Amino acid sequence: MLVSIYRYNPDTDAKPVMQDIEVDMPAGKDLMVLDVLELAKNKDPSITYRRSCREGVCGSDGMNINGTNGLACITPISVAVKPGKKLVLRPLPGLPVIRDLVVDLTIFYKQFEKIKPYLINDTPAPGIERLQSPEDREKLDGLYECILCACCNTNCPSFWWNPDKFIGPAGLLQAYRFLADSRDTATAARLSELDDPFSVFRCRGIMNCVAVCPKGLNPTRAIGHIRSMLIQQGT
Amino acid sequence: MDMVTNVTNLGRSGLGDWLIQRFSAVILAAYALYILGSFLVHPEMDYLQWRAIFDSTAMRFFSLITVLALCAHAWIGMWTISTDYLTSVQLGSRATVYRILFQAVCALITVVYLLWGIQILW
Repeated sequence: MLVSIYRYNPDTDAKPVMQDIEVDMPAGKDLMVLDVLELAKNKDPSITYRRSCREGVCGSDGMNINGTNGLACITPISVAVKPGKKLVLRPLPGLPVIRDLVVDLTIFYKQFEKIKPYLINDTPAPGIERLQSPEDREKLDGLYECILCACCNTNCPSFWWNPDKFIGPAGLLQAYRFLADSRDTATAARLSELDDPFSVFRCRGIMNCVAVCPKGLNPTRAIGHIRSMLIQQGT
Repeated sequence: MDMVTNVTNLGRSGLGDWLIQRFSAVILAAYALYILGSFLVHPEMDYLQWRAIFDSTAMRFFSLITVLALCAHAWIGMWTISTDYLTSVQLGSRATVYRILFQAVCALITVVYLLWGIQILW
């Protein structure tokens, strides 16, 4: 199979190039994109990318696969590439490239940090733990599972345009995860931090984030909930 | 940065702008439907009939509110477009100059449109 890989070393290269590598595929097997990338790296060890768990849990190998962001480790070749076509791998769009498929996620993490992604509770801690009813716990389903792979943010035009001001789908999903948590007491303060023209309201609801999330999460819906909470707080 | 943001956006908060945008859109839609409806009711509308529609005080207020809604709607929209496309990510260090120029032109057009609209109505 022909694999086309984005190669770029900002320290030495004037501009990025696409490198074509022919990879021998084992017969009768539907490999994951990451497996094919490993086979390509066997041929050219200088190819650089992030990877760790190889099962869609760590979120390291988010990349642009034939035009769509996804995790290389859980994207089967049969899904990524039409038969007879080549596999095209590029880094996640919109972020500075450190080397080949490795992008600088600093601004992504900064946006995540802004929403204070931890429980805030100013009441005295109980002896053992803060309890939560099963119903309240259920409200966090579909929110807490995010692995911060950055596939959604880097597929979002609003984040491309204002990466320093728009929190982005990943951060906003987590913002709502703590707004919705019955044990968190900082709801009002969290909401007032989000009520500017950029942090939440740059979302136009185009749902690119939903389309690419490898964990099947729905940041657009969470952003809608945040908007409703802001309206309720404002009235 | 917060201060600049507050000065240039209309509703002074993201939620304010968002609500104004939607509320003004409803007014604009209602006005457009009303005008379309008038043409349906008077299929062969002449100038006198057209004048009669706009002579009533209620219609003048409806038109004035619509002009205000249009100005608010357009300003928020153009401000948003300028802060999406005319940023340092796209244009480098001169982005702020281009953006403020663009916003100034939009503001001027909006004010002229508003004053002109009022002049026509009253």
